Amino acid sequence: MSITAAKALRIRNLHASVGDKRILNGIDLEIRPGEVHAIMGPNGSGKSTLAQILAGRDLYGITADEFSYGGKDLLAMKPEERAREGIFLAFQYPVEIPGVSTVTLLKESLNAIRRHRGEAELDAMDFLTIVKRKLALVEMREEFLYRSVNESFSGGEKKRNEILQMAVLEPRLAILDETDSGLDIDALKLLADGVAKLRGPDRSFIVITHYQRLLEYIVPDHVHILAAGQIVKSGGRELALEIEHQGYAWLEREPGSAGRPLAAS
Amino acid sequence: MILTPWDVRKIMGETSRNLEHLIDREYKAGFVTDVEQEIFPPGLSEDIVRQISAKKGEPEFMLEWRLQAYRHWLTMSEPRWAHVNYSPVDYQSISYFSQPKQDKDRPKSLDEVDPRLIETYEKLGIPLREQEMLAGVAVDAVFDSVSIATTYRGKLAELGIIFCSFSEAVREHPELVRKYLGTVVPPGDNFFASLNSAVFSDGSFVYVPPGVRCPMELSTYFRINAANTGQFERTLIIADEGAYVSYLEGCTAPMRDENQLHAAVVELVALDNAQIKYSTVQNWYPGDENGRGGIYNFVTKRGLCRGINSHISWTQVETGSAITWKYPSVVLQGDNAVGEFYSVALVNNYQQADTGTKMSHVGRNTRSTIISKGVSAGHGQNTYRGLVKVLAGAEGARNYTECDSLLFGDRCGAHTFPYIEVKNRAAQVEHEATTSRISDDQLFYCMQRGLSREDAISMIVNGFCKQVFKKLPMEFAVEAQKLLGISLEGAVG
Repeated sequence: MSITAAKALRIRNLHASVGDKRILNGIDLEIRPGEVHAIMGPNGSGKSTLAQILAGRDLYGITADEFSYGGKDLLAMKPEERAREGIFLAFQYPVEIPGVSTVTLLKESLNAIRRHRGEAELDAMDFLTIVKRKLALVEMREEFLYRSVNESFSGGEKKRNEILQMAVLEPRLAILDETDSGLDIDALKLLADGVAKLRGPDRSFIVITHYQRLLEYIVPDHVHILAAGQIVKSGGRELALEIEHQGYAWLEREPGSAGRPLAAS
Repeated sequence: MILTPWDVRKIMGETSRNLEHLIDREYKAGFVTDVEQEIFPPGLSEDIVRQISAKKGEPEFMLEWRLQAYRHWLTMSEPRWAHVNYSPVDYQSISYFSQPKQDKDRPKSLDEVDPRLIETYEKLGIPLREQEMLAGVAVDAVFDSVSIATTYRGKLAELGIIFCSFSEAVREHPELVRKYLGTVVPPGDNFFASLNSAVFSDGSFVYVPPGVRCPMELSTYFRINAANTGQFERTLIIADEGAYVSYLEGCTAPMRDENQLHAAVVELVALDNAQIKYSTVQNWYPGDENGRGGIYNFVTKRGLCRGINSHISWTQVETGSAITWKYPSVVLQGDNAVGEFYSVALVNNYQQADTGTKMSHVGRNTRSTIISKGVSAGHGQNTYRGLVKVLAGAEGARNYTECDSLLFGDRCGAHTFPYIEVKNRAAQVEHEATTSRISDDQLFYCMQRGLSREDAISMIVNGFCKQVFKKLPMEFAVEAQKLLGISLEGAVG
C-alpha cells in the first residue's frame, strides 16, 4: 500500500485512564476512508481525551484489542510519526509558542511530512505560494504568518490558524476537537468550507462537537454519542438533531447506556 | 539526528559545509592533538613571568608591564561574588606556557607549520589554507599559548590593516601596543585581568587605520590542547577614526576530567566615528553530564568608545565552559557613542554561567542596548548580572535592557541581578524581564505537526534567541543555531 493511499482507523475495546481515573471504557469505532464521523457528548464524556490519544499524547494509560491506522499499530507510533502518516489534530486549546512564527512552524511541518513521504522539500518560494493560497481560503491576512504561533491571538484567530494548518498540511485523517466552539457564524462557514474542500474518497474526518450547529455545515456520515467513556449510541445525521431537541439527559434512561450517572452538560 | 530546521544548506549554500564539522552531536571538538610540546613546569613566580617574556623576545617595556601586573596580582584575592560554585583554583599547579615545538620561533608561511596543527584546525572546521577558507573571513589560529597562523594578511596589509598575533604586534608595532595596551582594562582591574596581564601568552591584534572599512570578517580561533595548562590570551582591537571592523572569536578544548583555566582579556578601542562589532561563539568543553571536567572561563572583555559617534557591539553565544564569568562591557566616553550587548547563554547538565554586561554612560547623548537571553536546562544555573551606570555629565543618556530567561525542566535555575546607577536626572533607563519555560503542551503541539522532539526544542529555543542571532555574521548565525540544538541534547525526555 502506498503511503498516500486511503487508510482506515480501527479501534476495538479502547480503554484509557489517568492514574486511578478511568476516562475511556471500551470504545469501538471504525472510520473508513472518505467518511465523516461526528462525535458528540456532554462535557467530561471523554471526547477530547479520545482526540488526544489518537494524536499520541502520552499522559494516559492505554489498552486496546486493536488501535490501528492504515494497518499500523498506533500505540507503537510516536506523535510525529502519526502526524507524518497523515493524522492531524485541530486542538481545542491551541498553545502559544513565543518567538516561533506560524510560517516557520508550517514550513517545518510540511517538509517533515514531505520527507516522510519521500517527496522533495519545498523551497521558500514554492512554500509561500501554497500558504498564501490557503490563507485566502480562511480569510486571514498575510501578516498572521509572521506573528508568533497563536501569541496574542483572539480565540477565533487561534481556531482559524488551526484550520489554516489543516488546509496546508492536507491530512488523511483530520480530528477537529471542538473547533467550532467560540466561532461566529462566518468563521463556522469558513471551517465548513475548509473541510468541504479537503473532503474526498481517501480522506476522513472526526468532528468532535458539543452542538449540532456545525453539522448543518459539515454533514456527517455517522454520528456517535459518547457518554462516560463509551459510545452509547450511533446513528446517522438525525441523531444529532435528537440531541439538539432533547439534550443529553435522556441518554441515562436509554437501554444500552453506560448506566452510570453522567456529568452535567 | 536532523538538525537542519532552518534549511541551513539552502540558505547558506555550500559555505555551511565547513561549519558542520565544527559542531556535531557530541562534543566532537574534544580530541587531543599529539604534537611534541614545549611546556613550562607548573607554578607561577616572577621568574616564570620573565621566562614567558624572554620566550617571546619582548622589549623591556613589556616585561616591566608584566612584572608590575604580577606584583599587583599577588596582593589580590579571587572574587567570590559571582553566583557560581567551584572548588578553588590552585594557581601553582597550572603550567603558564605551552607551545608546539617548532624549528623556528614562528613559521613564516603555512608550509612551515606542522601539518598536524593544520589538520587539527581542519578537524574543527577551520581550514587555514586560504583557497579552502570561508570566503571573506580571515583567521588567526591560536593553539595553547601561541598563534600558529594568520590568514589573508597580505590582502589586509594593502589597506593598512594590521591583523596578526599579539606577540608579533609587540615586536613589530610596539608603539601601537604601548599606546593602547591596558587603556581599557588596566593591569590592576581585577584578579583575573591582573593574572592575564602578567602571564598572557598570545592572542590577536587588530589595527584598522582612519577611514578604512575592513572588507572581511576577522576571526580568531582559540584552541586549548595541552593538559594542565591555562590559556591566557590577550586581544587588542583598535578602530581608528571612521574605521569599521567586525571580529569573531571561536573556541574549543579537548575533553578532560580535570578543570582547565581560561583567563583572557579583550580590549576594544573605538575612536571618533569608528565602529567595532565583536562576536563570540564560545564552545569550550563544558564538562560531562555529571559535571566533571570542563573549562573555567574567567574573562574580562571591555570596549572603550573613546571618540564621538563611536559604536561598539558585543554579541555572544555562550554554550560551553563548566563555569562562565564574563561581562563584556562598554565605556561610552565620546558624545553620541553607542554600546550594545546581545547575548545568548545556555547552560545544561551542571554548567554555571554568571554573565552580563556593564554599560557606563560618560558622554552626552550616549545610548546603550542590552538584550540577554538565558536558556537553562538540566541542573544548569544561569545568572544575568548587569550594570547600567549613568554619570552626572551624561546628558540625554538612554538605555534599554531586555532580559529573558527560558527554563527547561524543574532542576535548573535562572537568576537576574540588574544594577542601575543613575546620576543624571534626564537619563532614560528601561528594564524589561521575562521568564518562561518550554512546556510539554508546546512540544506536543509541534510534534503533532510532524516535528521530532529535538527539532521542536531546537525551533523553540532558536525562536527565543532570534533577536541575538540576527546580530551575528551570517556564517556564524547558522553555526550558533546548530550549537544550541546540540547543547540541549538530552535536556528533556
